[in-house]
Amino acid sequence: MAVVAGGHAGNIAERALPKIRTGIQGLDEITGGGIPLGRPTLVCGTAGCGKTLLAMEFLVRGATQFNEPGVFMAFEETAAELTQNVRSLGFDLDALVEQKKIALDYVRIERSEIEETGEYDLEGLFVRLGCAIDFIGAKRVVLDTIESLFSGFSNEAILRAELRRLFHWLKAKGVTAIITGERGDGQFTRHGLEEYVSDCVILLDHRVSENLSTRRLRIVKYRGSVHGTNEYPFLIDETGISVLPITSVGLCHEVSSERISTGIARLDDMLGGKGYYRGSSILVSGTAGSGKTSMAAHFTDAACRRGDKCLYFAFEESQGQMVRNMRSIGIDLEPRITQGLLHFHAARPTLSGLEMHLTTMHKWINDIQPRTVVVDPISNFTAAGTTTEVKAMLIRLIDFLKSKQITTVFIDLTSGGGPTEQTDIGVSSLMDTWLLLRDIELSGERNRSLYVLKSRGMAHSNQLREFLLTDRGVDLLGVYLGSEGVLTGSARLAQESRENAECIALGQEIEARQRELQRLRQVLESQITVMRADFQAKEEELARTIAQQKARVERFALDRREMAHSRKSDTQQGDGR
Amino acid sequence: MTDVQASDDSDSAPPDGKVWELRLYVAGQTPKSVKAFANLKKICEEHLAGQYRIEVIDLIDNPRLARDDQIVAIPTLVRKLPKPMRKIIGDLANTERVLKGLEIRTVLV
Repeated sequence: MAVVAGGHAGNIAERALPKIRTGIQGLDEITGGGIPLGRPTLVCGTAGCGKTLLAMEFLVRGATQFNEPGVFMAFEETAAELTQNVRSLGFDLDALVEQKKIALDYVRIERSEIEETGEYDLEGLFVRLGCAIDFIGAKRVVLDTIESLFSGFSNEAILRAELRRLFHWLKAKGVTAIITGERGDGQFTRHGLEEYVSDCVILLDHRVSENLSTRRLRIVKYRGSVHGTNEYPFLIDETGISVLPITSVGLCHEVSSERISTGIARLDDMLGGKGYYRGSSILVSGTAGSGKTSMAAHFTDAACRRGDKCLYFAFEESQGQMVRNMRSIGIDLEPRITQGLLHFHAARPTLSGLEMHLTTMHKWINDIQPRTVVVDPISNFTAAGTTTEVKAMLIRLIDFLKSKQITTVFIDLTSGGGPTEQTDIGVSSLMDTWLLLRDIELSGERNRSLYVLKSRGMAHSNQLREFLLTDRGVDLLGVYLGSEGVLTGSARLAQESRENAECIALGQEIEARQRELQRLRQVLESQITVMRADFQAKEEELARTIAQQKARVERFALDRREMAHSRKSDTQQGDGR
Repeated sequence: MTDVQASDDSDSAPPDGKVWELRLYVAGQTPKSVKAFANLKKICEEHLAGQYRIEVIDLIDNPRLARDDQIVAIPTLVRKLPKPMRKIIGDLANTERVLKGLEIRTVLV
């Protein structure tokens, strides 16, 4: 997608060609400052494409915002009809007419009432226009739709000459004019008005595809100025027209390094321990029933806990349904809503075209000024447009949200069967963090798992986690990696109980061995006691014998001495005395 | 400024009681408007003698009347009476068309 350098290229052009701001949201951006000052601009398109409203808004904005009064010359609708028609856009023409800021003139031309009898000119029109311009000091003029003249008068030669004169006259008057024209075959207008008004041509289009209409605007021609060449979708709602320039939002938003909790402690751990970056875009994708909305509810709840305002775009469930369902996993959103922290916007994607959705979302975001936004789900938008259109819309939404530093969770429902690492809309590359919720089918059951596929700018876990929805909210568990791969659910439980049993058995074995050891020790000790007792007995016996024998030896020596004494022998020397 | 031209005939009561009230819108004294007035005068004299009144309105002097009377082309001749209102634009050079436009022919026939 080409990025139009609306900035610098526009500045040089502005110096060359003075421009006037239309005041219409987005149109001044893509024209690089507005339409050519003091020249007529042609706005053409098919019936009902919003030409009159665009022209009217040009006048009303001029009158209210730039203090430039304007004249609206209507050829198709009466002043009363016009006033009524634009009241729905919030424009009070009666008041503006009264304040002399806008002059309305309905030119009624009825061919059946007019007989042409020779030469004429359209001086009457000039007089009327001149009178109105002078009356309020107009700077802006709208002629809607001047081609009606062609059905009112038969002399085309006169008409063409007069139109040429009119546009010259308008330029000479120095007013900036918008001329509307109905789209003709093969040319911009039925009667070739582009021949006279060639400085700036804006083409409006109103296409219906698959029962949903989208309005588009394109600058076909802008002499002497750089302009956006794309087709820009635009909306008409109660605040007027807003053109949404796809490419005018650049990649120049500020980034925050603040981290905010995901609402699930273990998920925070997986994301570097701190959670998401503030202002980042988070994609939560997964198949049906994988717990995406519950993840978002946790995030919402955490945001409200921090005191952040939160806006929840629900495209599948109503507010009541969401509140009820989330209560079942222990998240009560009701008080958050009453506190005014949480706002729900529930709508069917098929309610309106993508552009309308985008503008509605813009409006809500501008009104509520949330810090976190949840879009649940983005995949439903494909019901309202093609994949390319949805992607283009999401780019704009993401850019818008990022420029406002809003953290956003986008939920994407991936259709089953296809590759899960691919979003149906192909927006994953736009996201900063991508959480993939997956069903793992194993031994006859489906279990949820979560995986951080990517998360820019942080070290994140590369592990799968089993994802449990309990009545206390989401719980993340480490998964068991067995020989057959990842085990979840009852397979994990079975594995766990197997492990438990093994553990118990081992414990019992250890106990038994310890008992055995104890027994052995006891045996040993009792043996030692027996042996010691034995030894003691023997020791005592031996000691007794020794003592007896010693006594005998002594007795024997004594006897010998007594004997010698009695014999009076001189063997006393033998005693050693 | 209204330039009222009473009919030449001083007899103001027409035979059938009908008065043709005509208004000619011009923007300044251009050749076309001068020509238109001359043509109108001639036609009225020929076909509506004594039964008509012509009012010439110069939009240069009264520009607001252009809006009030829904005038776009110049010159424009408006038949105010008899009703319904009829509009004839151009310099009135084509007499047949003027008569048809004013529905004089049918009235006379």
